[in-house]
Amino acid sequence: MTAANSIAPSEPVEAGTSLWQDAWHRLQKNRAAVASFVLLVGMTLACLVGPWLTGQAYDAQNLALSATPPSAKHWLGTDALGRDQLTRLLYGGRVSLMVGLAATAVSLTIGVLYGAISGYLGGKADAVMMRLVDILYSLPFTIFVILLTVFFGRNIILLFVAIGAVEWLTMARIVRGQVASLKRMEFVEAAHALGLRKRRIILRHMIPNVLGPVIVYTTLTVPAVMLLEAFLSFLGLGVQPPMSSWGSMIKDGAEKMEEFPWLLLAPGTALATTLFCLNFLGDGLRDALDVRASKD
Amino acid sequence: MKPAVLLLLAALALAGCGSRETRVDIGNREQVLHLGNGAEPQDLDPQLVTGVTEHHLIMSMLEGLVIEDPVDLHPIPGVAERWEISPDGLTYTFFLRKNAKWSNGEPVVARDFLRSYQRILTPSLASQYAYMHHVVKNAQAYNEGKLKDFSQVGYQAPDDHTFVVTLESPTPYLLSLMNHTSWWPVHVPTIERHGSAYTRGNRWTRPGNFVGNGPFQLDQWRYNYAVTVKKSATYWDAANVRLNAIHFHAIESQETEERAFRAGLLHATQPPPISKIEVYQRQSPDRIHISPYLGVYFYRINVTKPPLNDKRVRRALCMAVDREAMVKNVTRGGQLPANHFTPPGTAGFDARARIPTDFEQARRLLAEAGFPGGRGFPPIELLYNTSENHRLIAEAIQQMWKKHLGIDARLVNQEWKVYLDSQKTLNYQVCRAGWIGDYVDPNSFLDMWLTDGGQNETGWSNQEYDRLIREAGRTIDQAKRLELFQRAEEILLDESPVLPIYFYTRVALIHPALKGWHPTILDNHPYKFVYLDPNAVMEKRASN
Amino acid sequence: MFRFIAIRLLQTIPVLLIVATVTFFMVRLAPGGPFSAEKKVPAEILKHLEAYYGLNKPLWDQYTDYMSRLVRGDLGPSFKYENRTVNEVIASAFPVSLELGFWSLLVALALGIPAGVIAARHPNTLTDHVPMGLAMAGICLPTFVLGPLLILVFALMAGWFNPMGWDSPRDRVLPALVLGAHYAAYVARLTRSGMLEILNQDFIRTARAKGAGSARILFRHALRGGLLPTVSFLGPATAGLLTGSFVIETIFQIPGLGRYFVMAAFNRDYTLVLGTVLFYATLIILLNLIVDVVQVWLNPKLRFE
Repeated sequence: MTAANSIAPSEPVEAGTSLWQDAWHRLQKNRAAVASFVLLVGMTLACLVGPWLTGQAYDAQNLALSATPPSAKHWLGTDALGRDQLTRLLYGGRVSLMVGLAATAVSLTIGVLYGAISGYLGGKADAVMMRLVDILYSLPFTIFVILLTVFFGRNIILLFVAIGAVEWLTMARIVRGQVASLKRMEFVEAAHALGLRKRRIILRHMIPNVLGPVIVYTTLTVPAVMLLEAFLSFLGLGVQPPMSSWGSMIKDGAEKMEEFPWLLLAPGTALATTLFCLNFLGDGLRDALDVRASKD
Repeated sequence: MKPAVLLLLAALALAGCGSRETRVDIGNREQVLHLGNGAEPQDLDPQLVTGVTEHHLIMSMLEGLVIEDPVDLHPIPGVAERWEISPDGLTYTFFLRKNAKWSNGEPVVARDFLRSYQRILTPSLASQYAYMHHVVKNAQAYNEGKLKDFSQVGYQAPDDHTFVVTLESPTPYLLSLMNHTSWWPVHVPTIERHGSAYTRGNRWTRPGNFVGNGPFQLDQWRYNYAVTVKKSATYWDAANVRLNAIHFHAIESQETEERAFRAGLLHATQPPPISKIEVYQRQSPDRIHISPYLGVYFYRINVTKPPLNDKRVRRALCMAVDREAMVKNVTRGGQLPANHFTPPGTAGFDARARIPTDFEQARRLLAEAGFPGGRGFPPIELLYNTSENHRLIAEAIQQMWKKHLGIDARLVNQEWKVYLDSQKTLNYQVCRAGWIGDYVDPNSFLDMWLTDGGQNETGWSNQEYDRLIREAGRTIDQAKRLELFQRAEEILLDESPVLPIYFYTRVALIHPALKGWHPTILDNHPYKFVYLDPNAVMEKRASN
Repeated sequence: MFRFIAIRLLQTIPVLLIVATVTFFMVRLAPGGPFSAEKKVPAEILKHLEAYYGLNKPLWDQYTDYMSRLVRGDLGPSFKYENRTVNEVIASAFPVSLELGFWSLLVALALGIPAGVIAARHPNTLTDHVPMGLAMAGICLPTFVLGPLLILVFALMAGWFNPMGWDSPRDRVLPALVLGAHYAAYVARLTRSGMLEILNQDFIRTARAKGAGSARILFRHALRGGLLPTVSFLGPATAGLLTGSFVIETIFQIPGLGRYFVMAAFNRDYTLVLGTVLFYATLIILLNLIVDVVQVWLNPKLRFE
């Protein structure tokens, strides 16, 4: 019963505060995580203020120029309509980072809660909740998005609705699987035996223990939704030209990668950098929040 | 790291330089043609299909009364060895050749055409292109179920080898019309063997069932992959057919198709990606062919709502589009800037009227309409269906309007069917469109703007225009007829319910061994004249 | 266990009914119909077309017609592909997607699980960073970038493969690699994280302390629990793989189910949309059932309930 000792129920209040403080201290010591965090904040700031500093408008065309490789005037080259790629990349970052953030928020709140409750309750409730997930998985996404555009017009909020509608499902299944298995572990059964309430068990013991897979899956979700956004724009939802986004820039660039590689490299690098940063940050967070690891 | 990668790539490139025989090389040797043919065909029934993909495919397996000349598509003898046209232009008498056979060995007789045309006009078949027959006497009434007696429709088969067509009114382009799929014969007894001939869902078009009378017959159909036809032994002119087989590959992606061509998997392709045009022109100019195509790319303008109900505003929008810059820098496929609507040289018709590209005059017109310098002009929406090319053009036009007129346009892209719906219900302000001629005649471009024209979709209506087009339909004298079209085109451009942008070209990648494949304005290539010449100069592969 | 499986199989019936009903009305709500085209169909003809397909009946009658045919396993005729039934479309395309899905899954598991396990054994060392870096690169490189890239190098430059097609066994290699690599990246990341959780659990530490060999710990104890999140992910992922990938099938011109899936929606091919959706739903349910069974097998403390 060693496991139960480490989260002894007799000291919940102090542990509750010190847990987060400890985590924060541990996170600060993780250099990769801190560096990633700084880089992410830097990128976000660049996307917010950068477009004013490049001296170019995101929609200013120079048809005669068309696609040119990076130069002193256009650091990242220009696209097929002769627009400055750097400015478009920074503008596009606003949309893409926002989409990434929204997807994370949705899949975290809905997916984790739903999965945890389903896995913890088990039995009939679990069956009904999981069959609902199966149904939502199956419905035709393309048609769903088309209906959204038709009945609610074009609105950036709808983009988040559409992404939210799909992104929490796999998360819910992963969390449910973890929780259902953790439920049978000694320390949870011990907590039960000690008479802790369900809500408390879920919040205090289950969720911290499923954090690892959750953080990993979240970091994987962000680049996936940034690319999904390009598909939604294709269906008429989301950003409209001449506005740009990383997803649509990658999609366009991929088709011309042989002739104009810079059109793919710039947004591709931006996406990759975001993913790597999120990943280091995610690992750092996981380690920092891991109660057991801290006892090492 | 980097030199290592380069070294690896170099090694791979060297390894690839081996003289492996490609599919095209084998095809050249065995007279097997590999074509990229766009999307999967919806069916192979000439009376039910609607697309160009299917047209190109079925053309190999069925032969109409007339066929097209491989160079300029003028009508030449097909099943009919010759024909006579009555002086009033209302009666066409076709004399069928005696040696024409179906692929099951039966002779092709006049009754086959009679039964085919009865089938396509039968209301229950619901053929979408049956209206191509409506120029024939009583055909429309029969097609709409108002006439039950088919013998009153203007088709007669007095004997096995004579077929007579009687028209409602003289139709000078009838022979050109007859090269549409809807005029090709089908073997009705075969169709009846596989179910009812007069409803849909019949399985006679499957390999093994299909009976045709063309130079090739259906061999294999791998769904969503390829349709294969092989040379027909029963075809009357089989001795002059040189290809042994044709593989029509269903390839939807331009990028995929271009790579397949580069690797020697295809002899000819659909249009390649725009970014590749320049590459081919530079590296292997003998493999890229650009030719005029009978079509116009334009914007519809909804004339029912302000501010676009004002002719001056519409003309200003038209005049502010820099078409030269558009074709040179955006579309890049050798397209012709369009300052009028009917493509030049459509059956001898060159429109005189022009909507000029004139920024100064455009600004003046806009000011006259009450929006000097674009002030007070409400933002308008520019609708297009999602595609990279449509988007680039829309973005460029958005900028041109802003720059030259000072007005704002919002781009709205919709998925194809949603876009069609918006267009049909006039739920748009300006929207992208394109029109490819059904047959080679100005009528195919101008009758759509009739007040009740099925494809008008702009809300525009002009009585004088309607009168001119209807009169042209009754006029036999070709010179007079073209003059009527000239005046109609003039009205259309003056009123500007349309904003013509460019005339299409057909860009295709074509292997040098492919012979008898001429640039034609409908992109039809009658396969009986096509062959492969293995000795054609083999250029180095485009990729090297 | 058999009782559990039987109950779950029974549950698929209401689930499929709900999916069919919701999808039926969803596709009907979407603007445009199967016959809307750039060149408008004459009104008279449209009337007969709709009569043939029963579209002129009240929506409710159409729904009951469809459902009564569905109960008999008949998915109806395709609207777009005139002479094919939806059953035939699925029957011709599914074997292709199944084969591609199988190879891709094999690639995903063969690359992903070892990478995840190796990385988890010595976290934050080179053997962790290298496979994980590769995995993340795999996630950043969407299939529509990786596909053309591999074609460029291995088909067009090296000439080892065809740039497209589905004829010889060789034609399976590139598409399976591209599709598999994408999933391998997910599998690797999830496996690593699952393994880390388990390796930190007390029973593993106890086993270590008791002197069990590290390989033995890994395979007998850790791998079972550590694979849980991966297995959860694999349920829907496998269903997605087996029903085909639109992108991969388009890039490589593969006659699988994925292209029909997407094009049916764009064509408003009502019956084909419904057919493919129901097919996918069935797979999802079956695979999630398999996942749940496997999870119990991996973790005997779970019970079937």
